[in-house]
Formats: sequence, structure tokens, C-alpha cells
Amino acid sequence: MALSYPARKAIDVLARALCVLATLLALVPLVSVLVYVAKAGLGSIDWSFFSELPTPAGEPGGGMRNAIAGTLVLVGLACTIGIPLGVAAGVYLAEFGESRFAKVVRFSADVMSGVPSIAVGVFAYGVVVLSMRRFSALAGGFALGILMLPTVTRTTEELLRLVPQTLREGALALGVPKWRATLRIVLVTALPGIATGVMLAVARVAGETAPLLFTAFNNRFWSTALDRPIGSLPVQIYTYAVSPYDDWHRQASAAALVLVAMVLILNIAARLFIRVRGGAK
Amino acid sequence: MRSAPASRPGSKENVLRERFPRASGRRDAAEAPNDEPSAKMLAEDLVAYFGKSKALKGITLPIRSERVTAIIGPSGCGKSTFVRCLNRMHEVVPGTHVTGKVFLDGVDIYGAGVDPVRVRRRVGMVFQKPNPFPTMSIRDNVLAGLRLNGLRAGDADALVEKALRQVALWDEVKDVLGRSGTSLSGGQQQRLCIARAVALEPEVILMDEPCSALDPIATAKVEELIHELGDRYTIVIVTHNMQQAARVSHYTAFFYLGELVEYADTDSLFTKPANPRTEDYITGRFG
Repeated sequence: MALSYPARKAIDVLARALCVLATLLALVPLVSVLVYVAKAGLGSIDWSFFSELPTPAGEPGGGMRNAIAGTLVLVGLACTIGIPLGVAAGVYLAEFGESRFAKVVRFSADVMSGVPSIAVGVFAYGVVVLSMRRFSALAGGFALGILMLPTVTRTTEELLRLVPQTLREGALALGVPKWRATLRIVLVTALPGIATGVMLAVARVAGETAPLLFTAFNNRFWSTALDRPIGSLPVQIYTYAVSPYDDWHRQASAAALVLVAMVLILNIAARLFIRVRGGAK
Repeated sequence: MRSAPASRPGSKENVLRERFPRASGRRDAAEAPNDEPSAKMLAEDLVAYFGKSKALKGITLPIRSERVTAIIGPSGCGKSTFVRCLNRMHEVVPGTHVTGKVFLDGVDIYGAGVDPVRVRRRVGMVFQKPNPFPTMSIRDNVLAGLRLNGLRAGDADALVEKALRQVALWDEVKDVLGRSGTSLSGGQQQRLCIARAVALEPEVILMDEPCSALDPIATAKVEELIHELGDRYTIVIVTHNMQQAARVSHYTAFFYLGELVEYADTDSLFTKPANPRTEDYITGRFG
């Protein structure tokens, strides 16, 4: 049955309207979270929030300097562990991964990306905290790094697979050894995508709370020592949000806003960096 | 003897000569048949496998020094596989292997202790689809072979200019050397890829259907280029286009179903094919 032109036109308009509607609906939670966090947090953010340490309960004022620094330290540690290992594993899977062993690795990475983060925290507790006999930034960073691994590995692999085979052959045909062709041509070509994947992984772990509760623990004082407990925004938010003090509730909202902003800035910075590097030459 | 006036007007040779009028375009091709240039490369009983199936079933073929050798034949006849065996690119694909010998200056490149990476530096390759490195500028693409091999170009600017001039691309890109290699048109990209290969000063250049992704004008430019480079380099070109083979090559080999059917100087092969299957193919009866 052939529909008339106006009928098909009408169906087209209807279908398109439904798509737009669905997109808008999907954006509602995202936008409302952002708006809510901003509204709740903006009022409580001032300079002292960044420059001061938490005050004892009941005493007004104070900031989260320790937690902000702590989150940066933890994310830095996680990147130090997660990015090199993840990228290397991704390169292995994409470029050399035809073996049985590679299939096992790939499967493990897929399973690992579904493991609840608190379970990873338990693992880090067992491996690092118990052997060091103390909560530490190291343990927290270790847990977050492991959480990053599967995402970074699989993104790297997927993006390397998108690099056309002809580029690899082009490099090999110039008499370039495979390892160097992989590093200098294949990896570089896929770099923007990999960086985006890494950013997503970073953004995810920056907001993790559960695995930090019994690894990095928390610290209300200034500390950047890697072998000591360290504060972090998510844990601080959690602690403050469940407290009975209004002042702390406000600070929790402010901390949530700062956390969201940090992730956002990180993302934008990465994108700019990629654009500058990719387009300069 | 090529165009003996005595031959009858409707003879097979004259019909073919009309069909491939430029088969004798390379005057130097067969002018001294007794003084053939030495073989730069020689394939001997070369068998190439994809898993268990044979893509080449025992090819023995010389590649003459500083001459253009064309490989023609229908799709799937093993042409590409053959050239990929000449610089050990065949084995890059998982599940493949090669038996037999390929000599380069008398040394078997499949011999024990031969590093395929070294072979590929001496035997360059240009692919079917232009594949400039997208992250590199035009200039860096030309220098890629040196840089990626950790070699220093003595005078990089001079080298870039020389290579780009050799492929007749210099005038078109000299003001935009910093632009990405992929910003060029398809034909320019392919010439850039040839420049990239030439910059390493290989002894042999393999071209696997270098014009199949190009329009007629770009094709003409690349052909002209092959024609010129053919005096200095040993070139092997795979092509679907018989006219192209007739135009650019000194020698032609006809492959069919993984076998070498006929090898002769281009003029003879296209005008006096010895094998009936060659004749059927070049007259368009199959393939």
C-alpha cells in the first residue's frame, strides 16, 4: 500500500517530534540535577570554602580545602595506575590480541566493568589496607585505579580497532618495526578518542564514594601524605549530608557543586588539549 | 619485426595493436631483447597461503632492474598477494604463510635470519587506497619513513622538496606543507604516498593498484609518474586496467587463479600473446 505524499510527510513530522520529545525527556534528569546542585551549592560557596579546613561540629564556617586536595591526589593516583596499565592492555588486545589469553583478558575486563565499586573497595582493603595496617591515600587511589582499568582498556581497544588497517600497513611498508608503528602511528591516530575515554573513566571514579570509605577513609585535617588517610569530596559530602547540622548540609551541597565543576573542567580541558594538539600542525 | 608491414590487415596482431595502441609506448621496452636488464628480484616457486588455501600456486617470475613490471589478471588471481610477498607484507595478515624463495639481489628474503623490516626498507610499497598518516602534515608524511625509522634527514627541507618534485606534487603543495596530509584530494594523496615511499630511496617500489581509487585525471598523473620513475627505480605495478599496464610497463605478467600464465615484454604480451588464456583475457572474453 503506497501512502500519499502528505500522509508520509505527516508521519515524518510525527516521528521526528517523538524523537525530540524523547531527547528532551532524557535531558530532564540531567538538567534538574545540575540545576538543583547549582542552586543548593552556589549560596554556600565562598573563598573560605576552598581555603579553609573543616571546623569542629557546631562551629560555623570552615571549608573543604583538605577534601578538594584529597580528591585531586586520589584521582592522580588512580590515573597513575589506571591509564598506563589500561592503555597498554588495550594496545595488547587490539594489536596482538588473537590468542586465547587475550580473549580471557577481554572477558575479564568486561566482567570487571560490571563489578560493584564497593567490591573493588573490599579488594583494595584486603590487599593494601590490611598489609599496610592502616587506611591510606594509596589504598584509595589503588581502588579507583582498578575501577578505571576496564573502561580505559576497552575504550583503547575499541578505538585502536577503528584505526584503518591501511595505516598500519603503510607504516610497516616503510620498514618500520611493528612496535614503533603501533606507538607512533596507530596510537597517535587514536589518541583523541582514547583521551576522551580516559576522561570518562576519570569522571566516573572522581565521584566514587563507596570504595573510598574503607580505603582512603577520611581526614578532616590537611594531609597529602600517601600513606595516611586522606579526605575526599565524595566521602565528605556523604559525611556531611547524613549529619544533623544545617551548616554541614549546606557545605555538602557546595562540595557536590565543586565536584561536578571539577569533572566538567577536566572534560573541557581534555577536549581543548586534544583540539590544539590535533589541529596545530 | 613488431609491426611488420607484411602482416595481414585483419590479423590477430593488428587487431590487438589497435586495441593497445600504446603497448609499444615504451620504446625502450624491447628494443634490445638480447640485452635484458638483470633481475633485481626473482620469485622462485613462490606459494602463498591464506590458512590452508593457496593464493599463489608456485610462481617463478623475474623482476627486472630499473624497469616497470605490470601484473595483470582478473580479481582474486593472486596479483596483490604476489606483490605483498615481494616485501614480506603478506605475512602481516594473521593465518598466512609463504613457501618458496624470493631473491633480492641474489639473497633469499625468506631465508633464515632475514629481518622483514629491513626488506621493507629496500622494497617500498604504495597501496590501493591512498593512506597518508592523518596525524601528520604533508611535510611530515614525506619524512615519515625516515623519522619513524629513527633516521635523521640531513637536509629535511631539501629532501621534502626533492621527493615532492619527483612525484610532481611540489608545485601544488609547496605553500601548504604544514597542512594535514588528508586535506589533499585523492590523487594528490596517492602521489604523497608515492613521495613517502620514494623519500626512503628504496630499490624497488611495489604498487598495488595505485590508481583504482582515483579519477581519470589523477590516474593520468600517477601513470606519467610511474613512467618517469620507471627509468630509475625497479617498479612492480598491479593493475586491473590492461590499457594502463600497456601504457606504463616494460614487462607484463598475466596471472590467473594463482598461477602465472604468461610473462613477456609488454609489447609482445599484448600483441602476440603466446597463451590462448592470455589472449582471451586481454581481448575481454573473460575476467
